[in-house]
Amino acid sequence: SSGINAEWPLRPGVKVRVRPDQLGVVTDGVKHSMNPFDENAVEEAVRMKQKKIVKEIIAVSCGPTQSQETIRTALAMGADRGIHVEVPKGTEADLQPLAVAKIFAKLIEKEQPDVVILGKQAIDDDANQTTQLLAGLVDWPQGTMASALEHSDGQLKITREIDGGLEDIKVKLPAIISADLRLNEPRYATLPNIMKAKKKKIEKLSPGDLGVDIAPRLTVKKVVDPPVRQAGDKVPDVATLLDKLKEKGHIKA
Amino acid sequence: SSGINAEWPLRPGVTAATKLGGSVHAIVAGDSCVEAGNNTAKIPGIEKVFVAESPALKGQIAESVVQVLLDIQSKNNYTHILANGTVFGKNILPRMGAKLDVAPISDIIGVESDSTFVRTIYAGNAIQTVESSDPVKLITVRGTAFEASPADGGSAATENVSSDINNDKSEYIEAKLSKSDRPELASANIVISGGRGLKNGENFEMLYELADKMGAAVGASRAAVDAGYVPSDLQVGQTGKMVAPDLYIAVGISGAIQHLAGMKDSKTIVAINKDAEAPIFQVSDIGLVDDLFKAVPEMIAGIEQQ
Repeated sequence: SSGINAEWPLRPGVKVRVRPDQLGVVTDGVKHSMNPFDENAVEEAVRMKQKKIVKEIIAVSCGPTQSQETIRTALAMGADRGIHVEVPKGTEADLQPLAVAKIFAKLIEKEQPDVVILGKQAIDDDANQTTQLLAGLVDWPQGTMASALEHSDGQLKITREIDGGLEDIKVKLPAIISADLRLNEPRYATLPNIMKAKKKKIEKLSPGDLGVDIAPRLTVKKVVDPPVRQAGDKVPDVATLLDKLKEKGHIKA
Repeated sequence: SSGINAEWPLRPGVTAATKLGGSVHAIVAGDSCVEAGNNTAKIPGIEKVFVAESPALKGQIAESVVQVLLDIQSKNNYTHILANGTVFGKNILPRMGAKLDVAPISDIIGVESDSTFVRTIYAGNAIQTVESSDPVKLITVRGTAFEASPADGGSAATENVSSDINNDKSEYIEAKLSKSDRPELASANIVISGGRGLKNGENFEMLYELADKMGAAVGASRAAVDAGYVPSDLQVGQTGKMVAPDLYIAVGISGAIQHLAGMKDSKTIVAINKDAEAPIFQVSDIGLVDDLFKAVPEMIAGIEQQ
């Protein structure tokens, strides 16, 4: 079976506002949605099931009550059942990658999956850590920044997007994968599938039920706006542009 | 003292490490890394370089590299372990974090104290200062945020390391690297990037030509990479590379927040786009509203005439 993680950050494109207390970003009343990379993860799991590489897909989300919506989306895309590890509303910003990885390590013990697929990074904290942390905790091989997966005989050949291009590695199952954007094109959940998803089961657990201490290790001291970049002038033509670049020394005069 | 996870080049990381005070060691790992070790030893500020060379470390496969790092850490008890905020560093360091039970700190842009660091969140739309209470701090460093240490002038001792590596779970196959004589995207002084406005991969030829005239690297927006115009290692942005060159020329790029996240620390930003309302013009220092298929060849011709 395969497990996937679905996170619930602010929707891409939503304007981000720093809180007046300078300890975080305003999230109340702001639209959230499934993390884009997690959409790729869910899609890949569904394709693996279609190819009969896995038999069952479990979608997991760790967060407040509303993050169940991402599980419902995953179920509508084709996951079979869900697990919602709930934390009290307002504490979700304290749920850091190491804690999430520990929750997942416990779920791995419970569910015994063959593959766990997460999104490469969450677009709120941009950490890109959970997959690697989880792999280290359970001592499974990791395939991060995956842009292609090929299964054969209890192994996965993974193409990774790396600094200088692409790289191929091979891992034995069970393994932990992080999905990159080009792994696949996530499907839209159709209305009939959304309706069917309402009947699929979502198990609710707390970190305490799993025996995981989720206390944050990193304390946020301050969150501030970045320096604002002012727009400069427009030039009327290429000749003027080249003159300005010459002035600045980027082109030899 | 801090150990640095080494991959070549790592000089901004050395700068970050030296800000922490104490002695700095470096580690290079791979199947053929003696030369990298010798080059690393020339970086001022480093006292010792561990060279871990073994066929098992081919491709710096994470499961094996982390075993070597744990071995070195157990013997040296570093307080801080840093790696570049590149795919290499991001792949390795958090796995190490799990083994040490510490929370890694990703992509720092500033050091406030030996336990307090600055990083960006929400695609650079907010800047976060975090304090770690862990006994060992694992940190990846954003290269554009720290001045690179010089490449010469140091004379660290090198020490060969041979750790027991047991990894039957993963295997490196091969890399398909983009070959180019142009400067490295992440460290170039001038970057010319193309977006969806280029319409296809062939049209990127004129950006390569312009780049060669200016001694620039070529980058791309996510849209251009997704559409298959260029390989993925050209992607600049929140989920690609962070760049901060002296000059960034955005050609046919609308300026989505996720792209800005990767280049808004550039000294001078030039934008060429036929849409006067494109968001890129809100951050550009010099904007040219024009058809790129006309403007870019004009730029090439104009520079040729010099």
